[in-house]
Amino acid sequence: MAMKPVTFTLNGLAKAAFTEDGQNLLDFLRRGVGDMAPKYGCGQGGCGACTVLLDGVPHLSCLTLAETVEGRRVDTASGLAGATISPLQEAFMDRFAAQCGYCTPGMLMAATALLAKNPRPNRDEVIEAISGNICRCTGYEPIIAAILDVAEGRVGA
Amino acid sequence: MKDIPMVGGNMIDFRKEFFADERPEVLNEIGKPTRRQDITGHVTGRSPFYDDHQFEGLLHMRCLRSPHHAARIRRIDSTAAEKMPGVVRIVTGRDVPRNLNTLLSLLDFGIDDEPIIATDRTRYRGEAVVAVIARTDREARDAAAAIRVDWEVLPHVLDVEEAVKPGAPAVLDIYPNNKFAYHGKYDHQKLRFGDAETAFAQADHVIEGRYQMSPIEQAPIETCGAIAAPEQDGRYVCYTSTQALFFSLGTAAKVLDLPSSRLHFIGGTVGGGFGGKVDSIHEPMAILGAILTGRPVKFMWDREEEMQVGAPRGAELWYVKDAVMRDGRIIGRKFTGYFDSGAYTRLSSYAIIKGVGHLPGPYTIPNVHADVYCVYTNRTPATAMRGFGITGVDFAIEAHMDKVADTLGMNPIELRLRNAYRDGDMKAHRRLAKNCALIECCQVVAEKAGVKLSPELAALSSTKGGGGDRAQMPAFTRTDENGRVEGYKPWSYARKDGAKRDPIPPGMAPPPQQPAPTYQASRPPSPSWGGDGGGGQTQSGGSAPPASPPPNPPAAPARPGAMRFSSLSGFRRR
Amino acid sequence: MAVTVETHGALADAARAMAGGGTYMGGGTVLMRGVNDGSVQGRLLRSTDPALRAIRATGDGFTLGAGVTMADVLASRDLEFLHPVARVIGGPQVRAMATVGGNLFAPHPYGDFATALLALGARVVPAAGGSPRPLDDILRDRARPHLLAAIEVPRPRDARAFGFLKVSRVKPKGVSVLSIAAHLPRDGGRLRNVRVSYGAMGPAPLRAVSVEQVLEGQSLDPATIARAAQVAAEGLDPPTDPISSGWYRREVVGVHLKRLLERMA
Repeated sequence: MAMKPVTFTLNGLAKAAFTEDGQNLLDFLRRGVGDMAPKYGCGQGGCGACTVLLDGVPHLSCLTLAETVEGRRVDTASGLAGATISPLQEAFMDRFAAQCGYCTPGMLMAATALLAKNPRPNRDEVIEAISGNICRCTGYEPIIAAILDVAEGRVGA
Repeated sequence: MKDIPMVGGNMIDFRKEFFADERPEVLNEIGKPTRRQDITGHVTGRSPFYDDHQFEGLLHMRCLRSPHHAARIRRIDSTAAEKMPGVVRIVTGRDVPRNLNTLLSLLDFGIDDEPIIATDRTRYRGEAVVAVIARTDREARDAAAAIRVDWEVLPHVLDVEEAVKPGAPAVLDIYPNNKFAYHGKYDHQKLRFGDAETAFAQADHVIEGRYQMSPIEQAPIETCGAIAAPEQDGRYVCYTSTQALFFSLGTAAKVLDLPSSRLHFIGGTVGGGFGGKVDSIHEPMAILGAILTGRPVKFMWDREEEMQVGAPRGAELWYVKDAVMRDGRIIGRKFTGYFDSGAYTRLSSYAIIKGVGHLPGPYTIPNVHADVYCVYTNRTPATAMRGFGITGVDFAIEAHMDKVADTLGMNPIELRLRNAYRDGDMKAHRRLAKNCALIECCQVVAEKAGVKLSPELAALSSTKGGGGDRAQMPAFTRTDENGRVEGYKPWSYARKDGAKRDPIPPGMAPPPQQPAPTYQASRPPSPSWGGDGGGGQTQSGGSAPPASPPPNPPAAPARPGAMRFSSLSGFRRR
Repeated sequence: MAVTVETHGALADAARAMAGGGTYMGGGTVLMRGVNDGSVQGRLLRSTDPALRAIRATGDGFTLGAGVTMADVLASRDLEFLHPVARVIGGPQVRAMATVGGNLFAPHPYGDFATALLALGARVVPAAGGSPRPLDDILRDRARPHLLAAIEVPRPRDARAFGFLKVSRVKPKGVSVLSIAAHLPRDGGRLRNVRVSYGAMGPAPLRAVSVEQVLEGQSLDPATIARAAQVAAEGLDPPTDPISSGWYRREVVGVHLKRLLERMA
């Protein structure tokens, strides 16, 4: 099977790895690069657990060919925290916005993209931004509340 | 930390009034926001779910699955698949050391009925027939698709009432009438409390209803799966999504015929379960793959498998019949229930035990009768889900309460208040009710819904008026021997206290002394013992009556000091 | 068999390569499912031609490159009349990926955008060259390979003339139970050149011929709307799927058509 080299930026760091024809970005990031934050939930674009940012825009990594990220910027939940937790993560912690935690990396990336584009979203805009992400156990309200905490400057207060 | 507002402003605090003896006063957490201990991992994407463990040279396992509801496997041809790129090993049922199990066999509950990989017959669409282990998931899928199976399609049955009719296709040969054998005695679980028939004769109204509920998939976002790898000292490590780690460990040890000391199970981080991750299929499959290849192997359902093959909450069908007096008192209630177990037992047999223990709901009704059947159909086997065994019948009961109220022209809250159980009442499963709060809940509901209660109803309390006559066992309980079955060990429902496992499949009778009636399953076990069908023998028609009818109704396991189920994981002394 | 991926800088090269067999991948939101589950095999063709992402104004409308995404549509002020359609397709992730061209070939119950384009009388520009063809033709014969370069979308006569409604069971959005698009140009108070289309009411988006006949030449008054709703399901045999039964789709289509028409009246 043909191996193709891919050079890209992952969470701010230059990366190069090989992909196989037809390999999706989710499998490439997890198995090929070792970034386990994006999750497999469906492989069909239905759940959003695999959400990553491509050049700042949320994409479904399970429906993206790995080779198409050549030269692009990929951001995952692994890159959200530096030495300290980010305000969005802090808000998720405070609001109990993660129960099993499996949808959380995808939720965080959908929310990150929203807040980057629109730092003060209203509730409807938050709901719209996470409408491609399914959560089965936390419930959406704590997640919405956490994102609104960031939007309305309540984190760390 | 900031304040998290409480929902609704005026909190209703029954705790001090009704549960004063139950909980200590020093509640340090309730009412305050708190952080989960695992939350940091969740928000950084570092919580280690089973699929997050990396292994050099990890292989992937995929199954070829039955496209038919019921079929005989004449021949499996995997010669093309074996030669495909990346394929390491083809696995069939013959590779499974002990390819027959029932999920609760570790509790001696039920008879082994389900192969890990089907060998000669499939009983539901999606049942695994062959597994392929390959270098990548894609290669495993491509090879599985290249396996040819010569099928003989068999008649199937997908509806519980069809399945219990005479002449219906037998799903499992060991339960030839498609009904689980309770306590080795009856083809249904019985509840007899008082005399419902007399109650119907005395009632002002007899109100009947039929209620059903579809199967419900738990649909966790993380699909079920496991990764197994050879460890040092002949051990295998297994990372799994299971909700029941030791249950899965015991099942894997049994199916693989390995001492559990050779299995190192790691779990606990589960991406949503809701009951759907207890069936312990992935762990033995992944470990078997690791044994057969000497390499790390992952067996993970994709979303389609999770939905089609993953065991749902089973469908239920209930008939409820109430004997009701004009003033709203329910004096008798009769249930006939059917749980759709799907093609194998899994946990449905036990779900019914739990469901029947719940009858007739949170009401004090002096005469209760229930016949509840665990029925086999050619549908995906059912398993646990939230409210295990209770949710379906509760839906039926509460829908029926509304129907009764409607028939009487009574407010449904009032009907519930009039029949609600109170502290000290004898319940149909022969326990005294305590910590009741239904009356108070109804009163709050009435208030919130703007329903004006009469002073009499508003004054009712769970702590008053219960017990006394209401604590008495019925003077007479009508019993019967309907649905008697032969050929099963009477203790095949639950056994403990270190009783040794039988050399023959647990729960099966030793070969009967008289030639009839016989069941095919009373053969000695062998790896290919998957039920060879052979036209599906049925119980012989004129079976002999039981030697001596039991003196007590069987649904009253009220032996002092006996052990009883308290949960899936163990027993509790009464 | 396995999958091989070929990427061409120019769409014309991809079109030539398609002649040798293969499947063209647009945004991937439909096709990648098959790549993941193994049902798609063989050659996958892609193109990075920038023309595919272009949105151009023409005399009476716009030309959308086949690779224009739903997010691109939402980012374009010119295409405001299509925003209500693009907004209800998928979540932000899907909209960033799903293309206008791909939506024309998305299997039932997808194809809400194609439904809207059908009502607007859009035409498709083949990648291999030749004159644009009515979208109706492509939707009737989707099994045949068609590689498209662009879609020509006429501008609705006025903002009031075009309406779209999507019904799903999941809020705020989900897969279609059905969708309805209507282009109802008015001429002296009468409806002229009426086009009404349905999504998820057949194997592909289709025209609501009976409804169009009822509306044509009439004014959009309550009596006309009632008659249109009455014939809403005429001649239709909608599919049954996990979202909805065909029976249910037939039962409710008239109700939703009525709501849409009342909104547009």
